[in-house]
Amino acid sequence: MPSITLLAQSILSGMFVGALYGLIGLGLSLSWGLLRLINLAHFAFAFLAAYLCYQMATMGMDPLLTLVVIVPLFFAIGAALHWAMARFQITPFNSLLVTFGLTGIVEAIIQSIWTADFRKLESSYAEHSFKFAGLYVPLPELITLALAAGLSFGVWSVLRYSDLGKALRASAEDAPIAAAFGVHQQRNALLLAGTCSALASVAGVCLALGFTLAPSQIYAWIGVVFAAVMLGGLGRALAPLLAGIVIGVSEAVTMAVTAPSWAPLVSFTLLILILLIRPGRVA
Amino acid sequence: MTPDSPRFNRRTVLGAGLAALNGVAGTAWAQQGPIRIGSTLALTGPLSATAQIHKIVGEIFIEQVNKRGGWLGRKLEWLLKDDQSKPDLARTLYEQLVTVDKVDLLMGPYATPGILSAMGVAQRYGKVLVHHTLGIPALAKYEMSFPAWSLGTDPGNTVPASVFDALAAGPKPPKTVAVVTSKFPPIQFMSAGAREAIKKRGLTEVLFLEWDFGNRDFGPIANRVKDVKPDFVWVGAIGLEGNMLLDAMKKIDYVPPQHFYLYPSPGPLVTLPEATNALSVTIFEEHPPFTNAAGATEFINLYHERAKAANLPDISVEVQAAASYTAWQILEAGVLATKSLDDKAIGTWLKANRVETIQGRLRFDGTGQYGDDLMRVKQVQDGHWKVVWPKNYAAPGATLRAN
Repeated sequence: MPSITLLAQSILSGMFVGALYGLIGLGLSLSWGLLRLINLAHFAFAFLAAYLCYQMATMGMDPLLTLVVIVPLFFAIGAALHWAMARFQITPFNSLLVTFGLTGIVEAIIQSIWTADFRKLESSYAEHSFKFAGLYVPLPELITLALAAGLSFGVWSVLRYSDLGKALRASAEDAPIAAAFGVHQQRNALLLAGTCSALASVAGVCLALGFTLAPSQIYAWIGVVFAAVMLGGLGRALAPLLAGIVIGVSEAVTMAVTAPSWAPLVSFTLLILILLIRPGRVA
Repeated sequence: MTPDSPRFNRRTVLGAGLAALNGVAGTAWAQQGPIRIGSTLALTGPLSATAQIHKIVGEIFIEQVNKRGGWLGRKLEWLLKDDQSKPDLARTLYEQLVTVDKVDLLMGPYATPGILSAMGVAQRYGKVLVHHTLGIPALAKYEMSFPAWSLGTDPGNTVPASVFDALAAGPKPPKTVAVVTSKFPPIQFMSAGAREAIKKRGLTEVLFLEWDFGNRDFGPIANRVKDVKPDFVWVGAIGLEGNMLLDAMKKIDYVPPQHFYLYPSPGPLVTLPEATNALSVTIFEEHPPFTNAAGATEFINLYHERAKAANLPDISVEVQAAASYTAWQILEAGVLATKSLDDKAIGTWLKANRVETIQGRLRFDGTGQYGDDLMRVKQVQDGHWKVVWPKNYAAPGATLRAN
């Protein structure tokens, strides 16, 4: 039987990794729910941002300061990608195929620049951890949790209270009616697509802070993040974070109580259950 | 006939005839062009980082041989194709090498799945296949396949036995052991052997955990290990998994008293401060007595130069580079001893004879043509890998340490 300390530490670890699931899933959920684009390249963008963070940090820049460069860059990339998708009238299903191809291209670019070997960002943040009530709290994971919570809440506030958020939700609900009320859909969609990619880049920086990077790892995150997005519901801001934490904690407790190899079953079982019980959640 | 006139007796004529014949034969060899050796490597894809080592080693060896005049008077040409880390593609490319490119000889690819694919093709066409790092001897069913990685015929038992022998002779013989391992097949079967060794030696296994290859989160595994407080942790890790586990242990302020990593990426682990006193296994390290082998020093120097130019993260010669060089030495021995490119003759000779390599004298008469277990136990000491067991292979002055 695992000790109380082990269980508590596992729950904490699960919360941290779940926050990262939620942070990666945030942009994906918004893109899927509000733009009707299933952007698989979201994962590739997160990893590209992680590698750029790694590169700049290796050259002496503070990893968190790299956000100043990375976020605007990825905002532009996301907006440009959406413009191309809209220009060629890509359907939601085709967007899955196009962005899957794009993921492969980004993976190849990453591999050609940084090779297929693993890369680990050595930063001063990794050296710090706090001890709280007998539990260890590593700083990079704490930063990830804070960024995930802050950004999720921020996006939720914008969607709920601002005119822009209301316009985006209206467009997703009924585009022609929203247009009749003067909503500038194209501009808003570019703004949202850029924001989604920018969110992916923030998640990428968090990945670089806490995880070992390899180009092929892009695909390792897809299943679990999709599960978090679907569990939370599409187009929602706070839900991916909460769902991510539920999955992360479930996985961590499974690993603490049974075996690590059982952990992936948790996320995929949840995914299948959601698809069976509440198919409307992903429509 | 005057005394000054040249004398053409029978012996002179015969000698001249043989010399002429030899010249014609030599010209004929030369006219045949280079000996073409075909192989694939994972030049792209997830295995490409390690495959780069094999590419550099192959290029070094071919250059060295060609400088010496080649084999049987013919230069060597290496026809290398990219299998993109895909075993199915490796199979197609080996088929192509034999049927379309019509290479004279084959050399194996890197990594178990690719090697098994190539082995199927080699068997179909009766070609000799020397392979670099096949981790499970029982899988080498083809009788003309020859391993360059001298694991022994039963590494699942002999390798863990060496590790536990080393620990038993060390400063803190363990009583409790945690076994945490990847489910990647060549790793999993060795870890199963470690569990057997634990039972046989009357030690207590306090934890057994498995993870899937590609596991992202090592935090819970580190928590579990810390919770059971083992004297020794056997980590069935491949690549950077060991680094990831050590990172996770560091985050919860845990240092294992003694720890072992099966197939780690050598460079990244040795440079990690948390890996101090970490154990692993090897067939070659850059110190005596390994460097006493003929040609070892020259190879090490050349490899350093090329690996540095190729910007490899670790430029030292250890398991991968040594196995790769050995593979070429085995093929060379077969060709030169039989003076032919006939696969059957080469295969028969290799099975009946020992081959001198930088790893030592290898034999190929056991299961899957594996011979002796030449795996030694090494340890990270003062930022370097040093062999610590058995004692006669230990680096000068090195003995096993514990945290």
